[in-house]
Amino acid sequence: MLGPVLAGLLGTLAPAFGYMPALGGTTFSLNAFEALFAWPGLSSAVGLSLGVGLASTALSLAIVTLICAGWADTRTFAMVERLLSPLLSVPHAAAAFGLAFLIAPSGWIARGLSPWATGWEQPPDLLILQDPAGLSLIFGLVTKEVPFLLLMTLAALSQVRAGQSLRVAQALGYSRVSGWLKTVFPLIYRQIRLPVYAVLAFSMSVVDVAIILGPNTPSTLAVQVVRWMNDPDLALRFQAAAGAVLQLGLVIAGLGLWRGLEMAVAGIGRRWTASGARGHRVFDQGVRGLALGLGAVAAIAVIAGLAGQVAWSFAGLWQFPDLLPDGFTFRNWQRHGARLAGPGLETLTIAALSTGLALLLTLACLEAEHRHGLRPATRALWLLYLPLIVPQIAFLAGFQTLSISTGVDGGRMAVTLAHLVFVLPYVFLALADPWRAWDARQDTVARALGAGPDRVLWMVRLPMLLRPVLTAAAVGFAVSVGQYLPTLLVGAGRVPTLTTEAIALASGGDRRVIGVYALAQMGAAFAPFALAVLLPRLIWRNRKGLLNG
Amino acid sequence: MIRHMLTSLAAVAIAVPLAAQEVMPDPKAWGDVTAAAEGQTVYWHAWGGSNSVNEFIAWAGDQVQETYGITVEHVKLKDTADAVSRVIAEKSAGKDAGGAVDLIWINGENFAAMKDQGLLFGPWAESLPNWEFIDVEGKPAVKSDFTVPTEGLEAPWGMAQIIFYHDSSRLDIPPRSIPALRDWAQDNPGRFAYPQPPDFLGSTFLKQVVLELAPDPSVLSEPVNEANYVAATTPLWEYLDDLTPNLWRGGAAYPQSGARLVQLMNDGEIDLALSFNPNEPSNAIANFELPDTVRTYVLEGGTIGNASFVAIPYNANAKEGALVLANFLMSAEAQARKSDPAVWGDGTVLALDKLNAEDRAKFDAIALGVATLAPEELGQSLPEPHPSWMVRLEEDWTARYGVGQ
Repeated sequence: MLGPVLAGLLGTLAPAFGYMPALGGTTFSLNAFEALFAWPGLSSAVGLSLGVGLASTALSLAIVTLICAGWADTRTFAMVERLLSPLLSVPHAAAAFGLAFLIAPSGWIARGLSPWATGWEQPPDLLILQDPAGLSLIFGLVTKEVPFLLLMTLAALSQVRAGQSLRVAQALGYSRVSGWLKTVFPLIYRQIRLPVYAVLAFSMSVVDVAIILGPNTPSTLAVQVVRWMNDPDLALRFQAAAGAVLQLGLVIAGLGLWRGLEMAVAGIGRRWTASGARGHRVFDQGVRGLALGLGAVAAIAVIAGLAGQVAWSFAGLWQFPDLLPDGFTFRNWQRHGARLAGPGLETLTIAALSTGLALLLTLACLEAEHRHGLRPATRALWLLYLPLIVPQIAFLAGFQTLSISTGVDGGRMAVTLAHLVFVLPYVFLALADPWRAWDARQDTVARALGAGPDRVLWMVRLPMLLRPVLTAAAVGFAVSVGQYLPTLLVGAGRVPTLTTEAIALASGGDRRVIGVYALAQMGAAFAPFALAVLLPRLIWRNRKGLLNG
Repeated sequence: MIRHMLTSLAAVAIAVPLAAQEVMPDPKAWGDVTAAAEGQTVYWHAWGGSNSVNEFIAWAGDQVQETYGITVEHVKLKDTADAVSRVIAEKSAGKDAGGAVDLIWINGENFAAMKDQGLLFGPWAESLPNWEFIDVEGKPAVKSDFTVPTEGLEAPWGMAQIIFYHDSSRLDIPPRSIPALRDWAQDNPGRFAYPQPPDFLGSTFLKQVVLELAPDPSVLSEPVNEANYVAATTPLWEYLDDLTPNLWRGGAAYPQSGARLVQLMNDGEIDLALSFNPNEPSNAIANFELPDTVRTYVLEGGTIGNASFVAIPYNANAKEGALVLANFLMSAEAQARKSDPAVWGDGTVLALDKLNAEDRAKFDAIALGVATLAPEELGQSLPEPHPSWMVRLEEDWTARYGVGQ
């Protein structure tokens, strides 16, 4: 993993300091940084990236925590779980398009209320989308991050005996929410910390969602870097590389800030726990309602947005303020349906291969760690997570050069390997903590009964960890399905997937085409998530203890 | 440290065996070119955001497959810059032959940049057999891409021109000059938008304003310098200071592309928009993207037009195949089909009077779309300013309006 990461970073650092012989930069200088700092929008863009990242991560984590605190092990919670797979399989850009069509002044909500309630014959000139504070962007990110964090939390929950802790706390007179926050949350947070960091890094660097929902006078730093990178004026590539280095610094600063917040919250939390306050029923009810309400808003936004995509994919002419299109037509599906097959198959093959490889590597790594009692070096972990932290477009420039010069370029295998760089950290992220949290006494018992280490792995550990393993695979699969730049850059444009086709066609702005491809992409990512939820239920229907701690 | 890493990276590059020295094709020996092209696969990197365009490219691929045995793979891009990046990456990695890009749809700044960095193969375009039918006299843009001489490094394959469009059911009489547009926006705030520069359509709107308001528009054809820049653009900034508060969202947010303008028009958020493809509204109507009451027009003083081209990177793998495809794209058959609004509706680069009667008849048979202007209504297009103007305009625009002042 080291090679591509280092080469990728190098491909960002060298041009940032003026070195890029292909564009005539043969000496090292700070000119690119000078140009970057002279750009008038820099402070707003940096502030925006930081604010959006921290706010959306904190909000998502709060919603997930409160939903779990208020509702874990209830019938409502089971329903929330069932909603997860469809929510997770909606690609980010598709969710953003859906949300944009929902909340715009000419969007679906306004259409539903016009003109009878609002009196609007034409949409009002209101700045709802792309507001300068980035509120709609934060909303859009939260709708996608809540399901991801919830999935991670579910995998962690099955390892910490949350039910038992909560029962003890409640027996001691703690209210449900207070008891959960005081006894279960500290255990859970330790396990989902890395996913939370990944969410923070992602929401600070996200490009596609930020282009659709985010402000543009100026936009976030990551979007601006992409603009410079794509500018016909090749001299701006140096500035873009400098911007990418700044973005990297910003993400590190954001993570540091978050770490500080963690410590502050932990301090307050410890005092709160030690105070012995039992919590109030009324307060509990309020929190539970609020959590469910916020979660529901996030879920409804994605689902209604998706419904909008379905409607658009069959739409004829559809103007404001009509709630539905003038007519429905199969033309869009006829036009594109047949063309989905090739890229669809390619997408599934690459996703299956890269996820399989990632799972194999992760399991081998974790099992070796377990058997030989190794502690993973923090530095090695950081390298693994670098692909999630360095902004993709800058990281990939160097990555592409490396793949061309080593000849691993232009085919399905090359793309699979490139996907692996991004899939592996997510799979590792999703699996490492539940794997390590597995109760080692099971191992001792099995070994005492005469099983060798391999038998323990296959007969005890993997079955017990079926759910986290499948969850990790589903996340990896979805990550692979969603990859755009690695596929385009390393595949030399010769490996068309649903996502590369979708993004090229989306640049034409026809919502019907966007709808068709968004649904196809979602279809590709949906099955693994559904399996991750359903399979453990089926296999362990007589083993309730294996479903939830 | 960095130097050390660079050396190791370079070592990797050198370790790869370089392809054998290849023979450069010579389009004057056309028989040799077509013979060598047979069996080749041409990876054509072209914007893939439009069904009509994608279908035309697929059709062209079928034709050259049938006639010359060449396979064409359309690599659908969201941005031409992706193909440029690819060639730069290959050059960085020392891959000077057997590159992934065989043909690029390109023009303007991207062409100027690639030409400048020596990333193009050629000259070849003016030696192609079909070059003799190109309307060099009537459409000077076919040899001068944003005033940069093409010098045979790219072959023209379409003509584009700025048009404005409006929904006649909401706006009956649209403003027909740049000053009239400002006055109209004052009376109808929030109903006009242009894409955010440096989007090429947004930047072209700025250039259109400069052309119309500058005291001496002739300086625009020369490279920009401090004196001519200030004189030419002072009226532009005054104009935009007046216009911006009356733009869609008061200029606090901008659409990101011309495609977004079509959506906004359909959603009723704006009443007036512009496009760089005179046929885009007709296509959008046929595609249910716009109501059939949309109409197009050009400004009284004329609007900016340019040609779009195909170019071959210096390290392309299938140069012969790319040459044959480029030549086919300039044929009467391909050009007539491309001009048909039912297919695409892009302007032709050919001089109809140079064609024989049979080929001319193909053009005469074309029926224009409901919102498409006839060539005489489009009139003579205005030339693009030198690319250096665009760079300055985009920088200053961003500082003034693009970062929330």
